[in-house]
Amino acid sequence: MTGKGLRAAGGRHPSRWLDPRGRHLGTWAFVLNRLTGLGLVAYLYLHLIVLSTLLRGPAAWDGLVAVFRHPVFLAFDVLLVLGLAVHGLNGLRVALVGSGLLVDRHRALLVAAGVLIGLVGLVAAVRTFA
Amino acid sequence: MSDRRAMNQARMVLLRVFRYRNGDGAPRYDEFRVPVGPRTTVLDALLGVRRRQDPTLTLRHSCLHASCGMRVNGQEVLACVTRLDGLGDRVVVEPLAGAPVVSDLVVDMEGFYGRLEPSGRPLVRTSEHDTPALMELERFEDCIECGLCLSACPVAATDPRYLGPAALAAADRLIQEPRGADRKEVLGWVDDAHGAWRCHAAFECSEVCPAGVDPAGAIMGLRRRLLRDRLPRLAGRSDREARP
Repeated sequence: MTGKGLRAAGGRHPSRWLDPRGRHLGTWAFVLNRLTGLGLVAYLYLHLIVLSTLLRGPAAWDGLVAVFRHPVFLAFDVLLVLGLAVHGLNGLRVALVGSGLLVDRHRALLVAAGVLIGLVGLVAAVRTFA
Repeated sequence: MSDRRAMNQARMVLLRVFRYRNGDGAPRYDEFRVPVGPRTTVLDALLGVRRRQDPTLTLRHSCLHASCGMRVNGQEVLACVTRLDGLGDRVVVEPLAGAPVVSDLVVDMEGFYGRLEPSGRPLVRTSEHDTPALMELERFEDCIECGLCLSACPVAATDPRYLGPAALAAADRLIQEPRGADRKEVLGWVDDAHGAWRCHAAFECSEVCPAGVDPAGAIMGLRRRLLRDRLPRLAGRSDREARP
Protein backbone atom coordinates (compact mmCIF):
# COMPACT_ATOMS: atom_id res chain seq x y z
CA MET A 1 0.00 0.00 0.00
CA THR A 2 2.53 2.52 -1.04
CA GLY A 3 2.88 4.76 -4.02
CA LYS A 4 2.97 8.37 -5.01
CA GLY A 5 -0.79 8.84 -4.97
CA LEU A 6 -1.25 7.26 -1.56
CA ARG A 7 1.37 9.44 0.09
CA ALA A 8 -0.03 12.54 -1.61
CA ALA A 9 -3.57 11.95 -0.39
CA GLY A 10 -2.73 11.20 3.24
CA GLY A 11 0.22 12.58 5.11
CA ARG A 12 0.85 15.39 7.51
CA HIS A 13 0.99 19.13 7.06
CA PRO A 14 1.04 22.20 9.34
CA SER A 15 -1.91 23.55 7.34
CA ARG A 16 -4.04 21.20 9.46
CA TRP A 17 -3.33 23.50 12.41
CA LEU A 18 -5.37 26.18 10.67
CA ASP A 19 -8.39 24.02 9.91
CA PRO A 20 -10.93 25.36 12.45
CA ARG A 21 -13.52 22.61 11.95
CA GLY A 22 -14.20 20.47 14.98
CA ARG A 23 -11.33 21.80 17.05
CA HIS A 24 -11.48 22.74 20.72
CA LEU A 25 -9.94 25.44 22.91
CA GLY A 26 -6.68 23.54 23.55
CA THR A 27 -5.85 23.28 19.86
CA TRP A 28 -6.47 26.99 19.40
CA ALA A 29 -4.06 27.68 22.26
CA PHE A 30 -1.54 25.39 20.54
CA VAL A 31 -1.98 27.19 17.22
CA LEU A 32 -1.73 30.63 18.85
CA ASN A 33 1.45 29.55 20.62
CA ARG A 34 2.99 28.44 17.32
CA LEU A 35 1.93 31.60 15.47
CA THR A 36 3.04 34.00 18.22
CA GLY A 37 6.33 32.09 18.52
CA LEU A 38 7.00 32.52 14.82
CA GLY A 39 5.88 36.17 15.00
CA LEU A 40 8.18 36.92 17.94
CA VAL A 41 11.18 35.36 16.18
CA ALA A 42 10.40 37.42 13.07
CA TYR A 43 10.08 40.53 15.27
CA LEU A 44 13.45 39.86 16.90
CA TYR A 45 15.20 39.88 13.51
CA LEU A 46 13.23 42.94 12.39
CA HIS A 47 14.18 44.69 15.62
CA LEU A 48 17.88 43.98 15.04
CA ILE A 49 17.63 45.30 11.47
CA VAL A 50 15.92 48.47 12.73
CA LEU A 51 18.57 48.93 15.44
CA SER A 52 21.27 48.79 12.77
CA THR A 53 19.98 52.21 11.64
CA LEU A 54 21.97 53.61 14.59
CA LEU A 55 25.09 52.89 12.55
CA ARG A 56 23.95 55.59 10.12
CA GLY A 57 23.92 58.30 12.79
CA PRO A 58 21.45 60.13 15.08
CA ALA A 59 19.55 61.81 12.24
CA ALA A 60 18.67 58.50 10.58
CA TRP A 61 17.56 57.04 13.91
CA ASP A 62 15.44 60.07 14.86
CA GLY A 63 13.73 59.94 11.48
CA LEU A 64 12.86 56.30 11.98
CA VAL A 65 11.54 56.95 15.50
CA ALA A 66 9.24 59.64 14.10
CA VAL A 67 7.84 57.09 11.64
CA PHE A 68 7.28 54.55 14.41
CA ARG A 69 5.16 57.09 16.34
CA HIS A 70 2.47 56.75 13.66
CA PRO A 71 -0.70 55.12 15.12
CA VAL A 72 -0.33 52.13 12.76
CA PHE A 73 3.06 51.27 14.24
CA LEU A 74 1.77 51.94 17.77
CA ALA A 75 -0.98 49.39 17.06
CA PHE A 76 1.77 46.95 16.10
CA ASP A 77 3.37 47.65 19.48
CA VAL A 78 0.14 46.64 21.22
CA LEU A 79 0.02 43.52 19.01
CA LEU A 80 3.59 42.73 20.07
CA VAL A 81 2.67 42.98 23.77
CA LEU A 82 -0.35 40.76 23.12
CA GLY A 83 1.84 38.21 21.31
CA LEU A 84 4.28 38.17 24.22
CA ALA A 85 1.42 37.72 26.69
CA VAL A 86 -0.15 34.88 24.68
CA HIS A 87 3.14 33.05 24.23
CA GLY A 88 4.32 33.63 27.78
CA LEU A 89 1.12 32.89 29.69
CA ASN A 90 0.09 29.93 27.53
CA GLY A 91 3.68 28.69 27.75
CA LEU A 92 3.40 28.85 31.52
CA ARG A 93 0.18 26.81 31.35
CA VAL A 94 1.83 24.22 29.09
CA ALA A 95 4.86 24.05 31.41
CA LEU A 96 2.66 23.55 34.49
CA VAL A 97 0.29 21.01 32.94
CA GLY A 98 3.15 19.37 31.04
CA SER A 99 4.95 18.75 34.31
CA GLY A 100 1.92 16.92 35.63
CA LEU A 101 0.71 19.84 37.77
CA LEU A 102 -2.92 21.02 37.75
CA VAL A 103 -3.73 18.62 34.89
CA ASP A 104 -7.35 18.40 36.01
CA ARG A 105 -7.55 22.19 35.93
CA HIS A 106 -6.06 22.65 32.46
CA ARG A 107 -9.25 24.19 31.10
CA ALA A 108 -9.51 26.65 34.01
CA LEU A 109 -5.85 27.57 33.50
CA LEU A 110 -6.56 28.26 29.84
CA VAL A 111 -9.50 30.52 30.70
CA ALA A 112 -7.42 32.31 33.36
CA ALA A 113 -4.61 32.81 30.82
CA GLY A 114 -7.18 34.18 28.36
CA VAL A 115 -8.50 36.68 30.91
CA LEU A 116 -4.96 37.81 31.83
CA ILE A 117 -4.04 38.17 28.14
CA GLY A 118 -7.12 40.33 27.61
CA LEU A 119 -6.18 42.54 30.58
CA VAL A 120 -2.58 42.88 29.40
CA GLY A 121 -3.82 43.85 25.93
CA LEU A 122 -6.22 46.38 27.36
CA VAL A 123 -3.59 48.00 29.57
CA ALA A 124 -1.10 48.06 26.69
CA ALA A 125 -3.66 49.70 24.39
CA VAL A 126 -4.65 52.33 26.96
CA ARG A 127 -1.05 53.19 27.85
CA THR A 128 -0.02 53.34 24.18
CA PHE A 129 -2.86 55.50 22.87
CA ALA A 130 -3.95 57.49 25.93
CA MET B 1 -41.34 0.78 7.94
CA SER B 2 -40.39 0.42 4.28
CA ASP B 3 -37.43 2.29 2.80
CA ARG B 4 -39.82 4.29 0.59
CA ARG B 5 -41.99 5.39 3.52
CA ALA B 6 -38.89 6.28 5.54
CA MET B 7 -37.59 8.38 2.67
CA ASN B 8 -40.92 10.21 2.40
CA GLN B 9 -40.80 11.17 6.10
CA ALA B 10 -37.10 12.03 6.25
CA ARG B 11 -35.49 15.32 5.37
CA MET B 12 -32.72 15.33 2.78
CA VAL B 13 -29.09 16.09 3.64
CA LEU B 14 -26.28 16.70 1.18
CA LEU B 15 -23.25 14.57 1.95
CA ARG B 16 -19.92 15.77 0.53
CA VAL B 17 -17.75 12.69 0.64
CA PHE B 18 -13.97 12.58 0.22
CA ARG B 19 -13.02 10.29 -2.66
CA TYR B 20 -9.58 8.98 -3.47
CA ARG B 21 -8.20 5.89 -5.07
CA ASN B 22 -4.61 4.78 -4.95
CA GLY B 23 -3.16 6.07 -8.21
CA ASP B 24 -5.50 9.07 -8.48
CA GLY B 25 -3.72 12.34 -9.03
CA ALA B 26 -5.65 14.20 -6.35
CA PRO B 27 -8.61 13.56 -4.08
CA ARG B 28 -12.05 14.93 -4.94
CA TYR B 29 -15.39 15.34 -3.17
CA ASP B 30 -18.56 13.67 -4.46
CA GLU B 31 -21.99 14.86 -3.38
CA PHE B 32 -24.88 12.58 -2.45
CA ARG B 33 -28.35 13.54 -1.27
CA VAL B 34 -29.47 11.18 1.47
CA PRO B 35 -32.69 10.86 3.51
CA VAL B 36 -32.12 11.50 7.21
CA GLY B 37 -34.45 10.52 10.03
CA PRO B 38 -33.99 11.33 13.72
CA ARG B 39 -31.96 8.15 14.31
CA THR B 40 -29.99 8.00 11.05
CA THR B 41 -26.26 7.74 11.71
CA VAL B 42 -23.45 8.79 9.38
CA LEU B 43 -22.69 5.11 8.85
CA ASP B 44 -26.34 4.38 7.92
CA ALA B 45 -26.24 7.19 5.36
CA LEU B 46 -22.92 6.08 3.85
CA LEU B 47 -24.06 2.47 3.58
CA GLY B 48 -27.25 3.78 1.96
CA VAL B 49 -25.14 5.70 -0.56
CA ARG B 50 -23.18 2.57 -1.35
CA ARG B 51 -26.36 0.51 -1.71
CA ARG B 52 -28.39 2.93 -3.81
CA GLN B 53 -26.13 5.51 -5.41
CA ASP B 54 -22.47 4.49 -5.69
CA PRO B 55 -21.35 0.92 -4.99
CA THR B 56 -17.70 1.95 -5.40
CA LEU B 57 -17.69 4.06 -2.20
CA THR B 58 -15.17 2.50 0.19
CA LEU B 59 -15.46 2.64 3.96
CA ARG B 60 -14.48 0.45 6.87
CA HIS B 61 -16.92 -0.61 9.58
CA SER B 62 -17.15 -3.49 11.96
CA CYS B 63 -19.51 -3.46 14.93
CA LEU B 64 -17.79 -3.46 18.33
CA HIS B 65 -14.37 -2.87 16.77
CA ALA B 66 -14.52 0.89 16.37
CA SER B 67 -13.15 0.77 12.85
CA CYS B 68 -15.54 3.38 11.43
CA GLY B 69 -13.56 6.41 12.64
CA MET B 70 -13.72 9.34 10.24
CA ARG B 71 -14.01 13.13 10.23
CA VAL B 72 -17.50 14.55 9.97
CA ASN B 73 -17.55 18.32 9.44
CA GLY B 74 -13.90 18.22 10.53
CA GLN B 75 -14.59 16.48 13.84
CA GLU B 76 -13.19 13.00 14.53
CA VAL B 77 -16.12 10.66 15.29
CA LEU B 78 -17.22 7.06 15.07
CA ALA B 79 -19.67 7.02 12.15
CA CYS B 80 -21.80 4.30 13.73
CA VAL B 81 -22.80 6.41 16.75
CA THR B 82 -22.90 9.86 15.14
CA ARG B 83 -26.39 10.93 14.16
CA LEU B 84 -26.76 13.09 11.10
CA ASP B 85 -29.76 14.89 12.51
CA GLY B 86 -28.52 18.20 13.87
CA LEU B 87 -25.36 18.33 11.76
CA GLY B 88 -26.91 20.67 9.20
CA ASP B 89 -28.13 20.26 5.63
CA ARG B 90 -24.64 19.90 4.22
CA VAL B 91 -22.23 17.47 5.88
CA VAL B 92 -18.61 16.89 4.88
CA VAL B 93 -17.28 13.38 5.44
CA GLU B 94 -13.53 12.76 5.26
CA PRO B 95 -11.10 10.03 6.30
CA LEU B 96 -9.09 10.32 9.52
CA ALA B 97 -6.13 12.67 9.20
CA GLY B 98 -2.51 11.82 9.82
CA ALA B 99 -2.64 8.41 8.16
CA PRO B 100 -2.26 7.53 4.49
CA VAL B 101 -5.53 7.15 2.63
CA VAL B 102 -5.95 3.72 1.10
CA SER B 103 -9.25 4.40 -0.62
CA ASP B 104 -12.01 6.97 -0.04
CA LEU B 105 -12.73 6.89 3.72
CA VAL B 106 -10.35 4.04 4.52
CA VAL B 107 -6.94 4.90 5.97
CA ASP B 108 -3.96 2.66 6.55
CA MET B 109 -3.96 1.97 10.32
CA GLU B 110 -0.71 0.00 10.25
CA GLY B 111 1.30 2.92 11.64
CA PHE B 112 -1.23 3.46 14.43
CA TYR B 113 -1.25 -0.20 15.51
CA GLY B 114 2.53 -0.35 15.10
CA ARG B 115 2.89 2.42 17.68
CA LEU B 116 0.78 0.42 20.13
CA GLU B 117 2.82 -2.77 19.78
CA PRO B 118 5.69 -1.80 22.12
CA SER B 119 3.12 -1.37 24.91
CA GLY B 120 2.65 -5.14 24.68
CA ARG B 121 -1.12 -4.61 24.56
CA PRO B 122 -1.00 -4.38 28.35
CA LEU B 123 -4.36 -5.54 29.56
CA VAL B 124 -4.63 -8.96 28.00
CA ARG B 125 -5.20 -11.06 31.08
CA THR B 126 -2.85 -13.99 31.51
CA SER B 127 -5.77 -16.43 31.50
CA GLU B 128 -6.75 -15.30 28.02
CA HIS B 129 -3.43 -16.48 26.61
CA ASP B 130 -4.91 -19.98 26.65
CA THR B 131 -7.66 -18.83 24.31
CA PRO B 132 -5.99 -17.66 21.10
CA ALA B 133 -9.16 -16.25 19.56
CA LEU B 134 -9.85 -14.09 22.60
CA MET B 135 -6.24 -13.05 22.86
CA GLU B 136 -6.50 -11.48 19.42
CA LEU B 137 -9.84 -9.78 19.98
CA GLU B 138 -10.15 -8.74 23.60
CA ARG B 139 -7.82 -6.40 25.39
CA PHE B 140 -9.94 -5.39 28.37
CA GLU B 141 -8.82 -1.85 27.96
CA ASP B 142 -10.97 1.25 27.69
CA CYS B 143 -9.07 2.30 24.58
CA ILE B 144 -10.94 0.93 21.58
CA GLU B 145 -8.00 1.65 19.24
CA CYS B 146 -10.15 3.69 16.85
CA GLY B 147 -7.37 6.17 15.99
CA LEU B 148 -9.49 9.30 16.49
CA CYS B 149 -6.95 10.72 18.97
CA LEU B 150 -4.06 10.48 16.53
CA SER B 151 -6.13 12.13 13.81
CA ALA B 152 -7.13 15.03 16.09
CA CYS B 153 -3.68 15.60 17.62
CA PRO B 154 -2.07 18.81 16.27
CA VAL B 155 1.41 17.52 17.08
CA ALA B 156 0.86 14.31 15.09
CA ALA B 157 -0.15 16.57 12.19
CA THR B 158 3.51 17.41 11.65
CA ASP B 159 5.59 14.80 13.46
CA PRO B 160 5.34 11.36 11.85
CA ARG B 161 7.64 9.88 14.53
CA TYR B 162 5.44 10.99 17.43
CA LEU B 163 4.25 7.94 19.40
CA GLY B 164 0.81 9.50 19.66
CA PRO B 165 -1.86 9.68 22.36
CA ALA B 166 -3.12 6.08 22.21
CA ALA B 167 0.30 4.46 22.53
CA LEU B 168 1.31 6.82 25.34
CA ALA B 169 -1.98 6.17 27.16
CA ALA B 170 -1.31 2.43 26.82
CA ALA B 171 2.16 2.97 28.28
CA ASP B 172 0.69 4.87 31.23
CA ARG B 173 -1.84 2.09 31.80
CA LEU B 174 0.98 -0.45 31.71
CA ILE B 175 2.91 1.49 34.34
CA GLN B 176 -0.15 1.69 36.56
CA GLU B 177 -0.78 -2.05 36.24
CA PRO B 178 2.44 -3.66 34.95
CA ARG B 179 1.46 -7.34 35.21
CA GLY B 180 5.07 -8.37 35.13
CA ALA B 181 6.26 -5.72 32.70
CA ASP B 182 9.36 -3.72 33.56
CA ARG B 183 8.25 -0.19 34.47
CA LYS B 184 11.71 1.20 33.73
CA GLU B 185 11.64 -0.27 30.25
CA VAL B 186 8.26 1.32 29.55
CA LEU B 187 9.43 4.69 30.87
CA GLY B 188 12.56 4.37 28.74
CA TRP B 189 10.37 3.79 25.68
CA VAL B 190 8.28 6.93 26.21
CA ASP B 191 11.14 9.13 27.52
CA ASP B 192 11.94 10.45 24.09
CA ALA B 193 11.68 13.70 22.13
CA HIS B 194 9.03 11.98 19.99
CA GLY B 195 7.40 10.34 22.99
CA ALA B 196 5.82 11.84 26.10
CA TRP B 197 7.81 15.07 25.77
CA ARG B 198 6.42 15.84 22.30
CA CYS B 199 2.87 16.48 23.53
CA HIS B 200 1.96 20.16 23.68
CA ALA B 201 -1.03 19.91 26.01
CA ALA B 202 -3.72 20.74 23.45
CA PHE B 203 -5.92 17.98 24.98
CA GLU B 204 -7.64 17.47 21.61
CA CYS B 205 -7.12 13.69 21.94
CA SER B 206 -9.12 13.64 25.17
CA GLU B 207 -11.83 15.82 23.63
CA VAL B 208 -12.47 13.42 20.74
CA CYS B 209 -11.92 10.09 22.52
CA PRO B 210 -15.23 8.19 22.31
CA ALA B 211 -14.23 5.87 25.17
CA GLY B 212 -13.30 8.51 27.75
CA VAL B 213 -9.70 7.32 28.01
CA ASP B 214 -8.22 10.83 28.52
CA PRO B 215 -4.94 10.14 26.71
CA ALA B 216 -3.68 13.68 27.41
CA GLY B 217 -4.11 13.16 31.16
CA ALA B 218 -2.22 9.87 30.81
CA ILE B 219 0.63 11.62 28.98
CA MET B 220 0.89 14.21 31.75
CA GLY B 221 0.95 11.34 34.25
CA LEU B 222 3.88 9.80 32.37
CA ARG B 223 5.71 13.12 32.41
CA ARG B 224 5.15 13.48 36.13
CA ARG B 225 6.71 10.04 36.67
CA LEU B 226 9.60 10.84 34.34
CA LEU B 227 10.27 14.10 36.16
CA ARG B 228 10.10 12.34 39.52
CA ASP B 229 12.76 9.95 38.26
CA ARG B 230 14.91 12.67 36.74
CA LEU B 231 14.87 15.35 39.42
CA PRO B 232 16.84 13.40 42.05
CA ARG B 233 19.43 12.55 39.38
CA LEU B 234 19.67 16.22 38.42
CA ALA B 235 20.11 17.04 42.09
CA GLY B 236 23.03 14.61 42.21
CA ARG B 237 21.29 11.81 44.11
CA SER B 238 21.52 8.24 42.93
CA ASP B 239 18.45 6.13 42.07
CA ARG B 240 19.01 4.12 45.26
CA GLU B 241 18.94 7.25 47.42
CA ALA B 242 15.97 8.69 45.55
CA ARG B 243 13.82 5.59 45.95
CA PRO B 244 14.49 3.91 49.25
